[in-house]
Amino acid sequence: MSYNLPSSHDPQAVMTYLSKHEHKSVLRFITCGSVDDGKSTLIGRMLYESKMIFEDQLLSLENDSKKFGTTGGDFDFALLVDGLSAEREQGITIDVAYRFFATEKRKFIVADTPGHEQYTRNMATGASTAQLAIVMIDARKGILTQTRRHSFIVSMLGVKHVVLAVNKMDLVDYSQDVFEKITDDYMEMSKGLGFKSVKSIPLSALKGDNIVQQSTNMPWYDGGALFPYLDVVDVGDPSEKIKPFRMPVQWVNRPNLDFRGFSGEVASGVVRPNDAVMILPSRKVSKIKRIVSYNGDLDEARAGNAVTLTLGDEIDISRGDVIAAADCPCDVADIFKLRVLWMSEKQMISGRQYIFRSATNSVVCTLSRPDYCLDVNSFEHLAAKSLELNEIGVCDAMLDRPVAFETYNDNRTMGSFILIDKSSFETVAMGMIIHPMRRSENVHAHKMDIDREARSSLKNQKPCVVWMTGLSGAGKSTIANALEKKLYGRNVHSMSLDGDNIRRGLNRDLGFTESDRAENIRRIAEVSKLMVDSGLITIVSFISPFRIDRQMARDIIGEDSFVEVFVDVPLVVAEERDVKGLYKKARAGEIPNFTGIGSPYESPENADIVLDAVAHSAEELADRLVSYLKEEGFIHD
Amino acid sequence: MTYSFTNLDALESESIYIIRETVAQCENPVMLYSIGKDSSVMLHLMMKAFYPAKPPFPLMHVDTTWKFKEMISFRDARVKELGLDLIVHINEDGVQQGVGPFTHGSSVHTDVMKTESLKQALSKYGFDAAFGGARRDEEKSRAKERIFSFRDVHHRWDPKNQRPEPWALYNGMKKKDESIRVFPLSNWTELDIWQYIARENIPIVPLYFAKERPVIERDGMLLMVDDARFPLNENEVPEMRTVRFRTLGCYPLTGAIESHAATLSEIVQEMLLAKTSERQGRAIDKDGAGSMERKKKEGYF
Ligand SMILES: Nc1nc2c(ncn2[C@@H]2O[C@H](COP(=O)(O)OP(=O)(O)O)[C@@H](O)[C@H]2O)c(=O)[nH]1
Repeated sequence: MSYNLPSSHDPQAVMTYLSKHEHKSVLRFITCGSVDDGKSTLIGRMLYESKMIFEDQLLSLENDSKKFGTTGGDFDFALLVDGLSAEREQGITIDVAYRFFATEKRKFIVADTPGHEQYTRNMATGASTAQLAIVMIDARKGILTQTRRHSFIVSMLGVKHVVLAVNKMDLVDYSQDVFEKITDDYMEMSKGLGFKSVKSIPLSALKGDNIVQQSTNMPWYDGGALFPYLDVVDVGDPSEKIKPFRMPVQWVNRPNLDFRGFSGEVASGVVRPNDAVMILPSRKVSKIKRIVSYNGDLDEARAGNAVTLTLGDEIDISRGDVIAAADCPCDVADIFKLRVLWMSEKQMISGRQYIFRSATNSVVCTLSRPDYCLDVNSFEHLAAKSLELNEIGVCDAMLDRPVAFETYNDNRTMGSFILIDKSSFETVAMGMIIHPMRRSENVHAHKMDIDREARSSLKNQKPCVVWMTGLSGAGKSTIANALEKKLYGRNVHSMSLDGDNIRRGLNRDLGFTESDRAENIRRIAEVSKLMVDSGLITIVSFISPFRIDRQMARDIIGEDSFVEVFVDVPLVVAEERDVKGLYKKARAGEIPNFTGIGSPYESPENADIVLDAVAHSAEELADRLVSYLKEEGFIHD
Repeated sequence: MTYSFTNLDALESESIYIIRETVAQCENPVMLYSIGKDSSVMLHLMMKAFYPAKPPFPLMHVDTTWKFKEMISFRDARVKELGLDLIVHINEDGVQQGVGPFTHGSSVHTDVMKTESLKQALSKYGFDAAFGGARRDEEKSRAKERIFSFRDVHHRWDPKNQRPEPWALYNGMKKKDESIRVFPLSNWTELDIWQYIARENIPIVPLYFAKERPVIERDGMLLMVDDARFPLNENEVPEMRTVRFRTLGCYPLTGAIESHAATLSEIVQEMLLAKTSERQGRAIDKDGAGSMERKKKEGYF
């Protein structure tokens, strides 16, 4: 039974084993299968066969088998790997778990992920670091829709090698015909998926057929068992050897004035002292001085090494920059075509800002509407306005500054990213860079001689945006009107933008979904910014119910020119006033997503001014705003 | 020189990457130093990650006051040798109430002097990220825990609500009052740890090596009588036996094994041929399925 351990107490044998283990290579693989195909059983079996299970664990397995087991008499190997109590009770695997075992030749890291469609994100996460996928099939059922989906997902994540594990052969009388039919079907189905190798093996995870040794129950099969195959399968990428050097800077190491090193993990290629390098995105050039390590300076560093480099020149480099081979630097861009897998319960909102994190970069981006959403079962392209949890689509992203990158096909590290929600900080999506969009290169901001400052000095004022937010019927427009009259009387140049007016013109194509509301605010913010550039005190009255969108407006317009005014009335008061009769309609279900009724209003947490529009009249409140603008130096007496 | 990138090299790089990522993304990290072999490996990786700088954060030891004497002296010597800052935190409330494993039992003791004490310390110093040396091969619920593992204000873990971690893209952004436990050794196995200790010559507490020590046998465990606080029953007389420890913790809760393994290679040899898993020596893991998960939800590291 002992597959990989020296069985004697001979110290020499142990030392030989150890030195082998130390020099073993690592193979990371993912197992995919639908519920009940026998995935957990297979993994449990692999751990057992490789002696990763100890007596105390077997004892508790015996106990657990009695309590939760589904196998009657046999050990329920699945219980070894279903970790969280919730899932043992439900008898399913719900998350990504990582398992470890070793054979004589290799150490294995297994990503164990659930197969059901609602767990696509978990499978994609597991596949992201995998070099090989074991696709499980229940011999009684053959290729299912799920098999297509699983194969598609692993291929999308760049996995090039597949083992087709045709399981439960014991339940089909170890039939050669069944096995061959399934193998043929799979070869046909996976043609377009770009796999470099597909190995089909008939097994029984439960009984142990073709796991460690060739099974005597299937004399017609001579392709070898699973373990010996995993031991030798070549998952190396020959192009790895000729890839140019890249290292994303993770940390600037500056213990004192005499040392300035750039730490990171080499993403591809080789680097040696005296190599010419280019820093991206700045395109500055220098030479490698030293490769510093705790065990002394190194002669070279290669893909996968965590190192600290010093350069021959004093160049300003920070986290997120990439150090690359000078004769073959990577590209820099700020607009990309992306493949995105949405991972959050909250749907994707085009037009809203997300944090784009790729390698060690972290920048703000805005997503376009999806070009299409992919049906992962039929591989068809479907029209889509947004992406929901577990949906895969293609869209554009506009970054707020250029980053160094490579496409995912060329480099997994430099071409992968996650998206982070700006307010909940949740990781909402993962994805891959398909290609950059060159549009940005031909559009340059033109520098004008007469600028914002010049225009506003002529008007003797400091322009800003007075952004009034609050419920419908809070009194924003009335206060705005009163304020603008007072400003006019003081010879202040102003402009007023009102929700209802803008929605009838510039934004008449937008509705009231979260995504449209975000786009609505983005456009208004951009227009206000132009107004501010022209030197005007700009009054904006918009419900703008979402904090994150107001933050976006603040970011676009600029902190110093943005005055957030919260026109505060309780919902009951606004609803009682109901000047336009809208609340009544909303209550009757005639206006979906009406703020306060069908859609939330998020009060500002740090408004510059809060106006109590119940206790005070619009006139009084407008006076308060005038004094505020004077105090802050936007207008003069 | 022929270039080869081994299993251990890959693990080392991955851990260093995680450690640097934490420091780049968090404001006030701390390394929880438990003095055991995993902590020793983690400390070594910290030194490597920032060399020639020192790790830009302190170490913290949550001392239950019941650790082996040799652990404490080893700790102090290591910290001095490496020139690092060490915070030692003791739950003074627990000390005042006289909480200890003999008087209150293992679960109350662990809860007050370890779990509560850790929460106290993290809140007191406002640490937003704490490095821990846990490995995924140790225990089933850990296999599913992320490398950046979030805790709410009450330091609780919600296994159902974990951030996905594709590739090596760790999202360390957190809301006020949230904190992260970071596990740089997640993908190491016990064997990897021992081999790395041997390869890098990392010092470890001598208790891991077999030696004659005063022990008594109680409830099937071999316990070392490390100081005079050990209440001996009438018929219990400590005897000198050649033993060592596979894990280290509070001496009244940590079982020794009889062994003659006095060198690293002997330890590894013994480990490879062992029939029981590493955590069996810890009293805390014995309460059956799901116990570790429950403890973690409550705030155990
Ligand atoms: N007869 C037979 N049963 C199997 C085999 N593999 C798994 N099973 C059983 O199929 C059921 C589902 O297995 P499990 O590993 O939990 O599937 P998972 O949902 O894919 O993880 C369990 O009752 C297993 O005992 C096999 O090779 N032969």
